[in-house]
Amino acid sequence: MIEVKDVYYTYPNGFTALRGVNLTIRKGECVAIMGENGAGKTTLVKHFNGLLKPTRGTVIVDGVETKDASVAQLSRKVGLVFQNPDHQFFSETVEEEVAFALRNFGFPEDEVERRVEKVLKRMGLLGYRKSSPFSLSGGEKKRLAIASIVVFEPEYLVLDEPTIGQDYIQKVEIRRVIDSYLETGRTVVIVTHDLEFVVDLRPRVVLMSRGRIIADGKAEEILSDSKLMDDASLLLPQMTELAYKLGNPKIPRTILDENDMLEVVKPLLKHRGGWRS
Amino acid sequence: MAKAIEVRDLSYRYERSERDVLLDVNLEVEKGEFVLLTGASGCGKTTLCRCFNGLIPHFYGGDLRGEVCVAGLSVKDTPIHKLALKVGFVFQNPDSQLFSLTVERDVAFGLENLGIDRDEMRLRVDWALKTVGMEKYRYAAPYELSGGQRQRVAIAAVLAMRPEIIVLDEPTAYLDPKTALKIFQLLDGLNKRMGLTVVLVEHRLDLVSRYASRLIIMNKGRIILDGKPSTLFHDELEEYGINVPRLVRFFRKLEEIGYEFGELPLTTDEAAEIIRRIMA
Repeated sequence: MIEVKDVYYTYPNGFTALRGVNLTIRKGECVAIMGENGAGKTTLVKHFNGLLKPTRGTVIVDGVETKDASVAQLSRKVGLVFQNPDHQFFSETVEEEVAFALRNFGFPEDEVERRVEKVLKRMGLLGYRKSSPFSLSGGEKKRLAIASIVVFEPEYLVLDEPTIGQDYIQKVEIRRVIDSYLETGRTVVIVTHDLEFVVDLRPRVVLMSRGRIIADGKAEEILSDSKLMDDASLLLPQMTELAYKLGNPKIPRTILDENDMLEVVKPLLKHRGGWRS
Repeated sequence: MAKAIEVRDLSYRYERSERDVLLDVNLEVEKGEFVLLTGASGCGKTTLCRCFNGLIPHFYGGDLRGEVCVAGLSVKDTPIHKLALKVGFVFQNPDSQLFSLTVERDVAFGLENLGIDRDEMRLRVDWALKTVGMEKYRYAAPYELSGGQRQRVAIAAVLAMRPEIIVLDEPTAYLDPKTALKIFQLLDGLNKRMGLTVVLVEHRLDLVSRYASRLIIMNKGRIILDGKPSTLFHDELEEYGINVPRLVRFFRKLEEIGYEFGELPLTTDEAAEIIRRIMA
C-alpha cells in the first residue's frame, strides 16, 4: 500500500507543486492520475519511490516512511518509468540497459538472460538488442524505458505518460503489458493525458489541479463529469461528449466507449438496414 | 502557379544507414491545404517533413533521389536559410526552438538574421505575437511560460518570417488535451483566414481530423492512402498503427449493422445530428 498523507512539496526555486495531497493506493489497483500540465502529477509520483521527499507530510510505502528509506531500497519495490526516457538511460546497448537493474539486484545470469530476451520480444525491441538506447526513435525509447523497469517486476509499476508518441499498435501493446501486470496481483499507476487510453483501461481515476486532488473515483464517474473535467483542463471522452450532445434521457452520460454506446443506441434506431446518409 | 509542395519519385536513405526510409514518394500539395500526415512510428513521416525545409539533404546529408520542390524552389539547390522564408518548421518540443531571454527576442531572432529593418521587424513581431494570442507576454522569459504558451511562441517565431507553408512535427505531444485543441484551432485559423498551407504530423486524430482538408497515411516509407479524413476513415487504419477516433469507430459499428455513411462524422455535433435523424 502507498499512503500519501497531507503532502506538500516546494521545489528549491520556490514553486509549490503539491498543496496538501492525501491518497491511498492499495495493492492490485490500477490508478490513472490525470490533470492539466503543471497540476503536480509527476511531482506526486516521484514521491512514491523516494526521488522526492515531502516538504511537509508523509509518504509510506508498505509500512516504511520514504524519508527513512534510500531510493535504492524503494526502487526495487516501486519502479518508475519517466516521461522523458533519455533521463533514464546510461548503458551502451539496449540489452545492457534492460539487464542493468536485474544484475544490480543480484539475479543469477541465466535468469537475467531469460528475462531480458522475454521483455525485449514483448516490447518489439529484440532487433535492437545491440543498438545504443540513444539511437532509438522516441516511441522505441519509451518502450525500452518501460521494458527496463517491468523486467524486474517491482510491486508497484508507475508509468509517467506511457503513450506519448506511440501509435495505435504500440498503445495496444502497452495496455497488454499493464493488464498482464495487474493479473499477477501487482499495482499499476499511470500519469496520463490520454483520455481514450484511460477509457480502454478503466482504472480508478484521480484528478489533480494546481497541486491538489480534486476528484477520485471510478473512470465512468469522473470522466463523464463535465464540470470536474473542465476544472482539470481535460476534455470529455468522445462518446461521453456525444451522449451530452444527444441529450436523450435513454442515453446515459457515463458511456465511455463505442460498444456501450452501440448497445444503448441500437434499440432507439429506426429503419435498420439499407439506410444511406 | 507553383504548388506549395511537389515531390517526385523521392527515395531517401540516411548516412550510414542500410535501407531507404522513404521509397518512391510522390505528392502534390496545393496552396491553402491543411494536410494531416500520420502513420506508425518509423513510417517515414518525420523524414519526409525534413525534406520540406531542407534539413534533408543540407543538414542530414544521406542519399536523396528524386525531386522535392517547395513554393517553386528545388530543395536540393536552395540553401536552408532561403527555404526558411517559404517554409516554417515547428518541432515537438518548443525548447529546441526557444533560447532567448524574452519572448520578443525569440520571435525576432529569425528576422534579425535576415537583416530586416527595425520598423518592419517591430510590425512583424507585434503581428505574430497577436496572431498566436501571446502579445501580453512579449517581455516574459520563455522558460516562465507553460508548454502550450511556449509552443505558441515557437509558432509566432515561424509566422514572423511570413512563410507560405508551415510544417509541424507532433507539436502537441507533451500538451494536455485542452491546450492541444487550442493549438489546432490556432492552426485552423491561420489556414482559413490567411491561406497558410499547413502540413501537420500528428497521432491525435480525434482532436485534429475535423480541421484537415486532407489526410495522408504513410507506411514503411511509402504513402499508402491519401484523401478526405471523413471518407478515408472507412478503411481499417488500425493495422497501420493509426489511432482512429472513437467517434469513427462507433459509426463503423453502425455500418456493420446496416447503415451506410458516405462521410463519417469528425465532430460530436455532426455525429449527434446524424444519430437524431436515424432515431425513431
